[in-house]
Amino acid sequence: MENLVQEAIQNVNLQAIMPSLVLCVFGMAILMVSVFSKRGSTTHVAWLSIAALVVTGFVTLTGWNNPQAGFAGSVLFDNFATFFSMICIIAAGLTILMSDDYLKREGFPVSEYYPLILFTTAGAMWMASGTDLMTIFLGLEVLSVSLYVLAGFFRNQTRSNEAGLKYFFLGAFSTGFLLYGVALLYGVTGTTKVEGIAAYVSANPAAAMNTMFIAGGALLLIGFLFKVAAAPFHMWTPDVYQGAPTPITAFMSAGPKAAAFAALMRVTIIGLDGLQSELTTLFWILAVLTMTVGNFIALSQKDLKRMLAYSSISHAGYALVGIVAWNQIGLSAIMFYMLVYTFMNMGAFAVLVLIGKQGEDNLTLDGVAGLGYKKPILGIVLSIFLFSLMGLPPTAGFTAKFYIFAGAIEAGYIWLAVLGVLNSAVSLYYYLRVMVQMYFKDPEEDFAWVTINTPVAISIAISVVGVLYLGIFPNSLMNLAKLAGF
Amino acid sequence: MADYLLSMMTFFPLLGILILLFLPRDNGGLLKGFTLAVSLVTFAISLPLAFDNVFTTSGGMHYREFSEWINIGNFFQMNYNIGVDGISLWLVMLTTFITPITVLSTWNAVDKNIKGFMAMLLLLETGMLGAFISLDLFLFYIFWELMLIPMYFLIGIWGGKNRIYAAVKFFIYTAVGSLLMLVAIIFVYYFAQQSGALTNGFGIQELYKLDLPYNAQFWLFLAFGFSFAIKVPMFPLHTWLPDAHTEAPTAGSVILAAVLLKMGTYGYVRFAMPMFPDALPTFIPFLAFLSVVGIIYGSLVAMMQDDIKKLVAYSSVAHLGFVMLGVFALNLQGLAGGMIQMINHGISTGALFLIVGFLYERRHTRLITEFGGVATKMPIFATMFMIVTFSSIGLPGTNGFVGEFLALMGAFQSSLRWYAVFATSGVILAAVYMLWVYQRVMFGKVTNPENEKLKDLSVREIVIMLPLLLFIFWIGVAPNTFFSKMNPAMELMLERMGADKVAVVEMHQPAAAGHASGHATDHK
Repeated sequence: MENLVQEAIQNVNLQAIMPSLVLCVFGMAILMVSVFSKRGSTTHVAWLSIAALVVTGFVTLTGWNNPQAGFAGSVLFDNFATFFSMICIIAAGLTILMSDDYLKREGFPVSEYYPLILFTTAGAMWMASGTDLMTIFLGLEVLSVSLYVLAGFFRNQTRSNEAGLKYFFLGAFSTGFLLYGVALLYGVTGTTKVEGIAAYVSANPAAAMNTMFIAGGALLLIGFLFKVAAAPFHMWTPDVYQGAPTPITAFMSAGPKAAAFAALMRVTIIGLDGLQSELTTLFWILAVLTMTVGNFIALSQKDLKRMLAYSSISHAGYALVGIVAWNQIGLSAIMFYMLVYTFMNMGAFAVLVLIGKQGEDNLTLDGVAGLGYKKPILGIVLSIFLFSLMGLPPTAGFTAKFYIFAGAIEAGYIWLAVLGVLNSAVSLYYYLRVMVQMYFKDPEEDFAWVTINTPVAISIAISVVGVLYLGIFPNSLMNLAKLAGF
Repeated sequence: MADYLLSMMTFFPLLGILILLFLPRDNGGLLKGFTLAVSLVTFAISLPLAFDNVFTTSGGMHYREFSEWINIGNFFQMNYNIGVDGISLWLVMLTTFITPITVLSTWNAVDKNIKGFMAMLLLLETGMLGAFISLDLFLFYIFWELMLIPMYFLIGIWGGKNRIYAAVKFFIYTAVGSLLMLVAIIFVYYFAQQSGALTNGFGIQELYKLDLPYNAQFWLFLAFGFSFAIKVPMFPLHTWLPDAHTEAPTAGSVILAAVLLKMGTYGYVRFAMPMFPDALPTFIPFLAFLSVVGIIYGSLVAMMQDDIKKLVAYSSVAHLGFVMLGVFALNLQGLAGGMIQMINHGISTGALFLIVGFLYERRHTRLITEFGGVATKMPIFATMFMIVTFSSIGLPGTNGFVGEFLALMGAFQSSLRWYAVFATSGVILAAVYMLWVYQRVMFGKVTNPENEKLKDLSVREIVIMLPLLLFIFWIGVAPNTFFSKMNPAMELMLERMGADKVAVVEMHQPAAAGHASGHATDHK
């Protein structure tokens, strides 16, 4: 152990953690700014946080085609990490843009909210760049603890409290599983490095069938699957998504989920490569189960946030298809999918942020009746996001789904692709129901309380452009996702 | 200009939408006039195609445009690959021709959210044109799905009282079919890639040459065929059609009948049949059977309707049955009959929906029993309705005769002889339901006092109908104008479908067929 520590100290490569370092320094500075700011004034903190994210974004991009390993191989900031870090940065930026007026409307303008989002993002980056299970765990914890606070941020609202508490309890359990899994794997292989585990297994093939190894791997996977909200570890999602502040729900469904997928991919595809045939079977079942559970329960939801929560479960199922494929196309497809999902899902949530009244009791199917007539632009953009979530061309949701299913079919999993598209067909119904309400029903309300403010408008505009651009000209980003594979 | 003719034609309506968005919302006349102008310009752009004689000599693709679109190295590659041949030529022309007519038909019928309506019509036109000219399966799929969105809103927002049910049903039926087709498209692609035959993305001309094993062809044909069968629609997947047609606004019904249904039949001719020729013999008896069931069932159900619009909707099921039967005959007469019948159905059923629309705008009901003796009040209308009825029945001298006759003759000369015999009863049934509805609506005494005040067609309405009537007679009397440009492409297509494998006994058929179709036309 002592050697390890020494090795790590000698291997310091700040370049490898520069993006998250920058973000953390900014986060702490902004925290100090907010301490000395007048209570209730948060706007400048929000813009400072955006600036921090922009700077971090540029720093992150220097990592492209310039892989940096450091700390005795426990961090590797490669194209893969860059791609996922950028997704998290975009998600965090969109979240902050839609938050400021929201916090004021809900009567809780507390500026600590923004640094917490930055810390979550930093944690997500460690998860994406970690090549040692301990680094990944560290990232996961930083990410989770900040999210527990954010989910229960409105401490005077019962629903938000419930969300925070539920997320915390279940999240703590899942982290426990994960840590236990790490311990067992260490016990078998004598290392916590992802590459090291793979090397040990290829040197001792019998180890892969060792009960302790399998148990360790399984426990580890449970920890990640909980974070990506894959069935049957999805139970927390609806309540937490419904109760958490809407921008945070949007964030959770995009950024942290992408980070969890990054860690899951690195750990399974590289670390547990010896178990490929077993794992593909397992993920086959998980993928089908996840999308089916998500879609079918979403059919009966009346609350829009809850419906989007189940829809987010089903989308995690589609993304898992990429892991089943276990090929280059599948992996790149997950990255592209996560990017697209960030735009379309956060865009949809941003519209919800705008049309919600204080307390958000009107965010139901009936609550959006006639929205398309009273607020035509919001109606059109929400329709674009919903068509994208359905996976209809010419939106990015289609190209992303195409990419995923192409990976599965290339690997020979045709039935999985068929089940996937049939699931998409089921999902049409509940997305269409929102549009039925928006356009085919007469307005019951005048939506006079909806005021479109600039930051939210920017975040919606970015999402719309993202969804349409990646839908019609996906070439560039698809190629980047290809280069980001490992 | 000719280099980019197809692109200009396809995307001009989209450009129109962009300008439309900035026009004032309340000025209905301006919005409608502008949309009419856009659709007329689109028609004008497409017009050189109809006069180009290259189609009479060469069956290949013309007006090709090609540029690389998505290229992810060894993962996959899609191209913007478009072109037109004798098979898609008249369908493209039908689309650009029928759109201005539908815009005109909305003049008094649509008063709610006109801007949205017009934008949807134009978006639909782009989708339809794009689907007909795509030579890349992926591109085709994008346009194919793009058509779904505007039609969904057209039915759902401007439709009748069950519009929501009809719109959702239409959307889900069509989408389920196309999603399975998507899996099949990806599968074909990777099969082609692994066999090393792929050089040009999802280009269908390469995929035609692919030698897939029978087993794969079987499943792929099933997936493509299922998707197209929903769109045609073939019995028993037709149930969305009466709902969608009945609830859609007149313009929606016209486009749905005239163009959208052709997507299914066109899909068979362009994609499913030539790409998977080995699976064809397995499926043809089954599909021909469903076509005949569709013809007879559609006719019988149409007979029993008390709503004129529903009657026309069910008659579509029967008419499309003739198209499919002709196509499945796998000989030149049959295919020619099927192809021309697609155009015919577009014209006469489109006209019938317009006629129903005229009645509905005047009386706000479509129940047959509400009418009677209308002929005495609306003589011009009566004449036009009569001509369209004859065309729909297939009376010699009108377009319907040419199409149905050739389709049935083709089927009769192929292995589908007995199917043709049963299908012929559909011609008689069509006469029964069409003449009966005409008699009940138009003849007799005016029994309902509401009908006393009926006004005859206005100039605008006559202008809408005249072009359609012109083509009813043109195709009826001189179909060679159209056949001469379709024949080379059809012969090429039949070769690809492996017609020789199915009809070995009729080796000389193509030559005789050209003669026969010429012969049939000489007599009219």
